[in-house]
Amino acid sequence: MTKEELKAKLTEFNPTAVFDEAGEWLNVSIEASEWLPLAQQLRNSAELDFDFLFSVTGVDWKTHLTVVYHLRSIKHGHIIVVKAKCDRAKPEIETVCNIWKTAELNEREAYDLFGIIFLNHPDLRRLFLTDDWEGWPLRKDYVDEINIIKL
Amino acid sequence: MQYEEIATTEEGNLVINVGPQHPATHGVMHLVITMNGETILNVEPHLGYIHRSIEKMCESLSYRQFIYSTSRMDYLSSHINNHGCALAVEKGLQIEVPERAKVIRILMDELTRIASHVLWWGAMAMDVGALTPFFHAFRERELINDIMEETCGARLTMNYMVPGGVMTDLHPNFVKKVKEFVAFFRTKIDEYDTLVTYNVIFQERMKNVGVISAADAVSFGCTGPVLRACGVKSDIRKLAPYDGYEKLNFEEPLETAGDSYARYLVRMRELRESLSIIDQLIDNIPEGDFQAKTKAVLKLPKGEFYSRVETARGEFGVYIISEGGLTPYRIHFRSPGFANLSCLNHIAKGQKIGDLVAMMGTLDLVIPDIDR
Repeated sequence: MTKEELKAKLTEFNPTAVFDEAGEWLNVSIEASEWLPLAQQLRNSAELDFDFLFSVTGVDWKTHLTVVYHLRSIKHGHIIVVKAKCDRAKPEIETVCNIWKTAELNEREAYDLFGIIFLNHPDLRRLFLTDDWEGWPLRKDYVDEINIIKL
Repeated sequence: MQYEEIATTEEGNLVINVGPQHPATHGVMHLVITMNGETILNVEPHLGYIHRSIEKMCESLSYRQFIYSTSRMDYLSSHINNHGCALAVEKGLQIEVPERAKVIRILMDELTRIASHVLWWGAMAMDVGALTPFFHAFRERELINDIMEETCGARLTMNYMVPGGVMTDLHPNFVKKVKEFVAFFRTKIDEYDTLVTYNVIFQERMKNVGVISAADAVSFGCTGPVLRACGVKSDIRKLAPYDGYEKLNFEEPLETAGDSYARYLVRMRELRESLSIIDQLIDNIPEGDFQAKTKAVLKLPKGEFYSRVETARGEFGVYIISEGGLTPYRIHFRSPGFANLSCLNHIAKGQKIGDLVAMMGTLDLVIPDIDR
């Protein structure tokens, strides 16, 4: 599907979604609470068939956090980028590891580095850092006392 | 007594640790394995022993500097990692790369792929008990390292690809040496096949071990030879060609069994495809600049840039978010090893502990690439 067709199709599911077509791929911005139903539609609709989640990551925008999902359909070859906005003080979003199994480790990484809570995740623990680590290193307000490469 | 209490769970299952220092993990990775007798019930990877938070470091490095940190992720694919980063920056600045640089990049990428697969082949055979291939593999890999050393000045962390092209021109010996290597290596692949591929003992250890279905492999985000061994076309060089791969004539090797042997075969066939790519280019390196003219200080416009390349392990992605400053606002690296590792528990469940190395070996895990 082209960007236009994807946009038309997604507007049916989610009329409040905000689209950005400036980049290489279609970007969809939604609220965190809207993510799970949209994810199910993206995966289960035969026309969309987004079966390959190739990147999950967080971004700290200082006022809020976003979780960015990059999805591709192996069959159709189209790509979509979904950005779910989370509250910074209480960053909660539903897990999608029942839909795409790769999300389980990737969400743990986002939790580890951004402190994003993935609701109903089977095993939400620190991944790279030690269990007693304090703070969320990739957030912009994280104080890194031993940063040796400050510009 | 205390040891038994720790090691044995209530149901009488045994918990053992593989790593973080273990010869079969080829790096500092820690697996906690729950077993019943010799049957694996659960494999839980514990990561982070070599986590340097490269993504955080990149936030305070300029667009020229951050590329060098990616050589330290997948150190066997450093050229290709650098290539992916250079492409992302070029996308942001809309730099047109000279033809000569594009061809040099592809030649370097394919030599890297061969070096990486050769090392994997030796280590893989060693993991399942054949020591000799390891020495064969290192003999051939040494030749590639020598070629790299002459042109790039490095043998492992190349740092050769820069935004706009490559850092220096090719060494005068490059073409001659690569031709010699390709002719020599062609005979060696056949030797590899007779030594290992057709070996009945090796085949018995690899076939029907670590089977994964195409649907599961896609769901786990596997890419590269792991996914192609399930018959799914996923080569970025074909799906979204970059720097002239679209002009080349090469195949994407596919297998359908999805087991360790299929992953092995895909990589062996990729070696031959890489040689064929080098053959097509080595006599046709265009004259001209090896680098486009760029500003000394690079500033990406506000926006998001994502580039994808095919490393020896699969799809490597670079996701740059720029706010228009001198440094990236956020960088994320989509590492192929991280996704390929996530399927380990799935394929290992119900298999014997002795087969674990045959599964891990064919996933071709490079730990710094997973931990970043």
